[in-house]
Amino acid sequence: MKRHLFSKSASFHGLFCAVVWAVSVPAVADGRLMPTQVPTVYKQECAACHMAYPPGMLPAPSWRRIMTGLDRHYGTDASLEPAQVQQVSAWLLANAGTYKRVREEPPEDRITRSAWFARKHREVDPAVWKRVSIKSAAQCSTCHTQAEQGNFDEHQVRIPR
Amino acid sequence: MLNFRKFRRMAVETGIGLALIGGLPAMTATPQTELLRWQQAAGQTGDAAKGQVFFGQRHGGEWSCASCHGQPPTRDSQHASTGKKIAALAPAFNAERLTDSAKVDKWFKRNCKDVLSRECTAIEKADVLAYLIGLK
Repeated sequence: MKRHLFSKSASFHGLFCAVVWAVSVPAVADGRLMPTQVPTVYKQECAACHMAYPPGMLPAPSWRRIMTGLDRHYGTDASLEPAQVQQVSAWLLANAGTYKRVREEPPEDRITRSAWFARKHREVDPAVWKRVSIKSAAQCSTCHTQAEQGNFDEHQVRIPR
Repeated sequence: MLNFRKFRRMAVETGIGLALIGGLPAMTATPQTELLRWQQAAGQTGDAAKGQVFFGQRHGGEWSCASCHGQPPTRDSQHASTGKKIAALAPAFNAERLTDSAKVDKWFKRNCKDVLSRECTAIEKADVLAYLIGLK
């Protein structure tokens, strides 16, 4: 199934607002980036150190490389039991990004190095990223308040001071 | 004669027994038994003061234990690189901590590699546990 990433939220004004809101709510729910079934092992192991990234944010070859090099995982040893690796890999690959923006493998297989990531965040001043309250682009939920639920809609963005 | 009361008592006792067995894996470890386990492996008592120094020190790498857990580790903290929230580590401030041996082993293994580029020794673990348990 093709996941449509980052579909632009319609921005209407005046009288139409209420109508648009009512219509867009189901669309937002469907457009969530997190698959409904998230393996417990993904939440327990991967999401202990970083956000539970939606699989659709990287293409399958990137996930494959990440999952075969867990002993050298961005500077740390994130090794798992073989059965756990198998379970997480299967889920990531089955739900990997296929939408055209995500098909491109980013440098170092980092979500934050993807061309779409840079484009989507181009209005964010470099000084904002350096704030102590933000610290790392890897922690989506600092600004995307519903990121943990797979909702990256810009209306839910609150950039901390 | 197996009357109703006898039968009921047997059923209740069996139920309690099963509940205990079922609950055992999750309930066997406590911070104290974890400390004892590593003290036994080390053949000496954990030293909280040494543990405190060890916890706050860098060991040749970029991070100390405190880089992610804070010092004292009695409140929620943030992962040093990803910023992910890490719940308080000291058991007096987080009842879930040090109650699962497999988890204790897993995280000592992973995190010691991050901080010391090797696994921690039994006495290092006993010292750190003594320090964590001592935080009130």
